[in-house]
Amino acid sequence: MNYQFEFGAVFAAWPLLLKGTLMTLELSLSATVLGLIVAIACAWGKTSGPLPVRLVVNAYIELIRNTPFLVQLFFFFFALPAIGLRWSPHTAALIAMVVNLGAYATEIIRAGIESIPKGQIEAGLALNLKAHQIFRLVVLKPALRAIFPALSSQFILLMLTSSVVSVISADDLTSVAANLQSRTFRSFEIYIVVTAIYLSLALIFSFIFRTIERRSLSYPDRR
Amino acid sequence: MRTFGLGDVWFILQAAQWTVLLSLVAFIGGAIGGLAIALSRTSGNVVLVRLSTAFTQVFQGTPLLMQLFLAFFGAPILGFEVSPWLAASIALILNTSAFLGEIWRGCIQAIPKGQWEAAYALGLNYVPRMRLVVLPQAWQIALPPTVGYLVQVLKGTSLAAIIGFTEITRAGQIINNATFQPLIVFSVVGAIYFALCWPLSLLAGRMERQLKLATTR
Repeated sequence: MNYQFEFGAVFAAWPLLLKGTLMTLELSLSATVLGLIVAIACAWGKTSGPLPVRLVVNAYIELIRNTPFLVQLFFFFFALPAIGLRWSPHTAALIAMVVNLGAYATEIIRAGIESIPKGQIEAGLALNLKAHQIFRLVVLKPALRAIFPALSSQFILLMLTSSVVSVISADDLTSVAANLQSRTFRSFEIYIVVTAIYLSLALIFSFIFRTIERRSLSYPDRR
Repeated sequence: MRTFGLGDVWFILQAAQWTVLLSLVAFIGGAIGGLAIALSRTSGNVVLVRLSTAFTQVFQGTPLLMQLFLAFFGAPILGFEVSPWLAASIALILNTSAFLGEIWRGCIQAIPKGQWEAAYALGLNYVPRMRLVVLPQAWQIALPPTVGYLVQVLKGTSLAAIIGFTEITRAGQIINNATFQPLIVFSVVGAIYFALCWPLSLLAGRMERQLKLATTR
């Protein structure tokens, strides 16, 4: 092996890499917020909506969960403009991510709602709690506690998957890497550095999520 | 330019063979690697536990696309030519090893400690203890999530299109460039993936419900 590693050109481009990191974060966070809104609506539709709504929501979930994200991205970017729905790569990427996360998060949220035993709500009623109190004190916290780990790993997964949007030249960390590559030809070094950035993001977020879980979502010690 | 016809559907279907083949390679290689990871992580040996945990964190904490790029652009540096086939296989096997290792570690640790202790008390050493007592029980718990994970492997192979491996997605791109009918092309591509993945999802769901029934008597 006589390859000379040359990281200088990669590190010299740190402002671009920083910008790419921020774009990836911005894209992932906005897709998560919008995706959660979609998911809450769908979870409500799936658990208590009328039959046609339930069927539509089910079809949406199965369709998204059984096809690759890349194909969904191509569909929103290449296919829908053909019927007049035209958008920028960035918007297409965001829509694909929202639609993708929405399907996975619907199932997580539904499981969270269903994890609250009916007896708990009845106990709240028996204690003469008002509806909003029951929701806040009896339902919300245990449900959040049940779904938080799954939702947080789904967020990290989405952030990692978002690297794929560079394929339609939407702006993110990976597209910055691709641009750098065509300027400096140090492909391997660039991808090592960018992979390390993604790994740091994933580790930082999983640390933050675990801290939130421990501090705010666990029950006080009963000892 | 020409219109999208049956020949094009046939072209994409033939590419589906490569998707299935790549998935099998990734799954079989990943199962061997995953078992090694799961056993290392539950071994109690500090070095093995640290190494396998680091491996898992790196592969679960970075995008599969980056792993593919590193295999594709990195291997020539180590002195050998790499085809998209080989690069995709290496990256997918390593990635699948990490995820299956994590799933199976959970299943091994779900076996009650009393079982380990009983095997130990019977004088069984590590290998017979794992082979006769722990793994047969862990296997039953592991089956539904493993079948479910096959869906993730199948979908993951679509990224091999980006480094030029001609599977379903790449075939779709090629046909789309020739016909300019993205709506029908990518609908067909999506439908083929769905036809491959949905039965596996249904099977995994059914196995999970059966397991739940069997364990909550």
